[in-house]
Amino acid sequence: MIPELGNFSLVLALSLAVLLSVVPMIGVQKNNELLMTLSRPLCTGVWVFMVISFGCLAYAFLDDDFSVAYVASNSNSLLPVYYKFTAVWGGHEGSLLLWVLMVASWTYAVSLFSRNLPLDILARVLAVMGIISVSFLLFMLFTSNPFDRLLLNTPADGTDLNPLLQDFGIIVHPPFLYMGYVGFSVAFAFAITALLSGKMDAAWARWTKPWTNAAWAFLTIGIALGSWWAYYELGWGGWWFWDPSENVAFMPWLVGTALIHSLSVTEKRGVFKSWTALLAIAAFSLSLLGTFIIRSGLLTSVHAFAVDPERGMVLMAIILLVIGSSLFLYALRAPVVKGIASYTATSREVFLLINNIILVVSVAMILLGTLYPLIHEAIYGEANKVSVGAPYFNAIFLPLMGLIVIFLSIGSISRWKKTSMDYLKSQLLKVAVASVLLGIVIPLVVTREVNVPIFIAVALALWIILGIGRDILTKTANKASLLEGLKSLSLSYYGMQIAHLGMAVIILGVCLTSHYSIEEDVRLAPGEQIEIGKYTFTFQGVNREPGPNYAADVGTIEVQKNNTTYMTLYPEKRTYFATGTVQTEADIDVGFTRDLFAALGDPRGDGAWVVRLHVKPFVFWIWMGAFLMAAGGITAILDRRYRVREVRQQETVTKTPGAMGSLKGA
Amino acid sequence: MSDQSPKNNMRLKLFVPVAVFLILSGLFFFGLTRDPNVVPSALVDRPLPEFTQPSLYPEEGVFSKQELLGDILLVNIWGSWCPPCHAEHPFFLEISETENDITMVGISYDYSMEEDRLFLEERGNPFDYNVVDLDGSLRIDLGVTGAPETFLVDQNGMILHRHIGAIDSIIWKDIFVPFLEQIR
Amino acid sequence: MLIHRQQKLAIVLFIISGSALAVGLVLFALNEGLNVFYTPTEVSEGAVPAGQSFRIGGMVKMGSLEKESLEGTEINFVATDFCNDVLVSYSGPLPDLFREGQGVVADGALNELGTFQATQILAKHDENYMSAEVKASLDAVEDADVEVCQQ
Repeated sequence: MIPELGNFSLVLALSLAVLLSVVPMIGVQKNNELLMTLSRPLCTGVWVFMVISFGCLAYAFLDDDFSVAYVASNSNSLLPVYYKFTAVWGGHEGSLLLWVLMVASWTYAVSLFSRNLPLDILARVLAVMGIISVSFLLFMLFTSNPFDRLLLNTPADGTDLNPLLQDFGIIVHPPFLYMGYVGFSVAFAFAITALLSGKMDAAWARWTKPWTNAAWAFLTIGIALGSWWAYYELGWGGWWFWDPSENVAFMPWLVGTALIHSLSVTEKRGVFKSWTALLAIAAFSLSLLGTFIIRSGLLTSVHAFAVDPERGMVLMAIILLVIGSSLFLYALRAPVVKGIASYTATSREVFLLINNIILVVSVAMILLGTLYPLIHEAIYGEANKVSVGAPYFNAIFLPLMGLIVIFLSIGSISRWKKTSMDYLKSQLLKVAVASVLLGIVIPLVVTREVNVPIFIAVALALWIILGIGRDILTKTANKASLLEGLKSLSLSYYGMQIAHLGMAVIILGVCLTSHYSIEEDVRLAPGEQIEIGKYTFTFQGVNREPGPNYAADVGTIEVQKNNTTYMTLYPEKRTYFATGTVQTEADIDVGFTRDLFAALGDPRGDGAWVVRLHVKPFVFWIWMGAFLMAAGGITAILDRRYRVREVRQQETVTKTPGAMGSLKGA
Repeated sequence: MSDQSPKNNMRLKLFVPVAVFLILSGLFFFGLTRDPNVVPSALVDRPLPEFTQPSLYPEEGVFSKQELLGDILLVNIWGSWCPPCHAEHPFFLEISETENDITMVGISYDYSMEEDRLFLEERGNPFDYNVVDLDGSLRIDLGVTGAPETFLVDQNGMILHRHIGAIDSIIWKDIFVPFLEQIR
Repeated sequence: MLIHRQQKLAIVLFIISGSALAVGLVLFALNEGLNVFYTPTEVSEGAVPAGQSFRIGGMVKMGSLEKESLEGTEINFVATDFCNDVLVSYSGPLPDLFREGQGVVADGALNELGTFQATQILAKHDENYMSAEVKASLDAVEDADVEVCQQ
């Protein structure tokens, strides 16, 4: 009965979503206030029925209702309860349901928190989001209904969740990633509304900004969790592979980053308007492609659970329609929202434009690399297979990121409209000299070796950090005390600096880990040991131990430091009963300055195993940096200027620091 | 003219994103039509690998491939620990009753022979031969990725079909029966 | 007006030099990062010179895997497409689903003796980051018409 209830709720949600996408639009057209006001209750309705529907599917999983085909193929009675719940989004149908639930949730959130938006704008925004819900609800109901039953042939038990997905990382990874992907639909809807109405002013940017920040922060966390999951669950200690599934999440993130910056310009200076609209459309389009390139089997990857070209076709058709029509609308209407303002070659506007160009170029390069195998095949025929490996992406991406970091400090320290070269010099010359010198000296003193990439990375990170310090000092210089000055700075300023700090932390983490990790693959017989850096690893053999739905070979590896026992690692090799799949579970001791990593390879006779042992300094900083970035995004949302009521007050606030700074600079 | 052309240029520029997107969609379309999603088995139309493995019941000694050849074989890889195997078990009991010209061979994983025997005792034994894959070599030779898997082998020892996952009457009728009609 | 012109020129110059840089980078990087795929037959016909890195795909020949007898983490096996064989040697842990008689893909290069020195091994059904082209080439190998290559 419950699955039918879920199915019925889906149909109800669809009908309400159809109304939501049509009625407010007609209301705006006819200037009928009643029809426009209907948008709010309608999206509440869609949300409520989506929640019910999701709850029903979750119930079917927890209840082991294997008459539901989706449950039967993604769960198993032996599966621990928490994995039964997470299995709800472990496959294609369920993750689609989660995706639509999130569209509904964001729509509902917009209707809740935008009470002060002009009614016609709100109505259009909600209607655009309604259209998105309708497309994917239709797709779900007709091609991938999670509530389809196997009534005639109810299996006694399910075939189990993919063992790769039986892990904490995967419990939280897709929801965050989807929250990010889907969150860009709000910016998208705002952009479409602006193009339709022709109104795209500072207020518009202020409404759009917090939603974009929120989506971006979710996506940041989602990507970081995915990389963390790859790090310990896929078993081999890498944390970024430039795999298609990672690239398609990374591209909307980069475009989202560009969007956040260009929104600031649109908000403060009223320029780059059509560019901002294009970025908003692009961010969501890439999110759609991101979710569905992988799902459609176009690029096979670890996340391609349900690969089905026919479904892919339908999905592609929907995406084509959504993206194609919005880009077409953009082409027709962009001239309407052109901004007029003047700025000079050394203004903040220009530096942010450079930031945007670099980000968009990197997205284009990553897209090219990801799709190149397909292009190659299309040109040279299907027999010609190539793959594009990490060297391509690294060679492209790292220099571009170096470049963007150089402009990061200049941009965040410079002024709107016009920044004098003298001011920039007075602010940044010392910072530049200090970061280059310290960037060489610190690593030299600590490691006593010449390593140019490390010099560059440390210098870049210091360039960001010292730049932040310099800017805060300048901005607080005219206040009675530093503390008072710090209090006077806005939350959106703090958000920016925290996110930039996160960038510095990531650079350090990435570079130190890649250069100073020690990775050993060794064959160890029980009792044998190996010394890696300051640590001695002793292999104590492998025992077979039972798990809830698997049997595991558990290795015992004692770690000693300075001849005293330090800790013991227990890497596992699991064989899952239902599928017979073998899964490597690394054991990692996470630390602030280093991770110890152990994974079991394969047995090599006489109790000896190939064991992979890593000492990875500062790898934790990569995720810490990502967390800081997300925290920065959230902090900026809390800025009072985004509370729509206080719009007017803000106008004066933003002008003051600029004016005072220029006095000082002169 | 000087007035007109920059404006047109501006307009055309705005269609660049649409054009880029259309090119990309063309590529996606190509990609979607290209990838036929069938994963064929390397073993189909090739002879059943040679093997010599002990029986699940020690008193029966050892079986080899030669002893089994001659009839149509349905080789099922299973284990008492494997839930989908439990699910397909009743159907195998049914086939062993109705399809008399098929010799059923059960190959069990070596995790617990004790429990496997107990399982067959309690729920019935559909297999004419019960083999234990003690060293895992038969599973490797067959390229088995998990349990259950079922191979249909003809009278000459050629593998006709490999099925991954549990079998029920629908799968049997749709997939196995057409093969059987060819060789009977 | 003049300032506006200069500004435009600066932006255009910036974009042109930027894209030139980007194109240069791409050409360089694609050259570095591209792994062309070869079958054992192509390799034994001498399609690839020693030292050039590429990707090979084939089946692990039954009975060809040596590991316990070798030193350390060394392993040797033969990759075959049922026509020709290539000896592959690798050092490190094997992927979870590496088995004799199943598909394998390896990245690496040939040494002077004609042995493929692998730097990375991916096994069939190993969902850990297998890209579409790898999967397709493995399918192609597994699907290889046995009659064509009957020995």
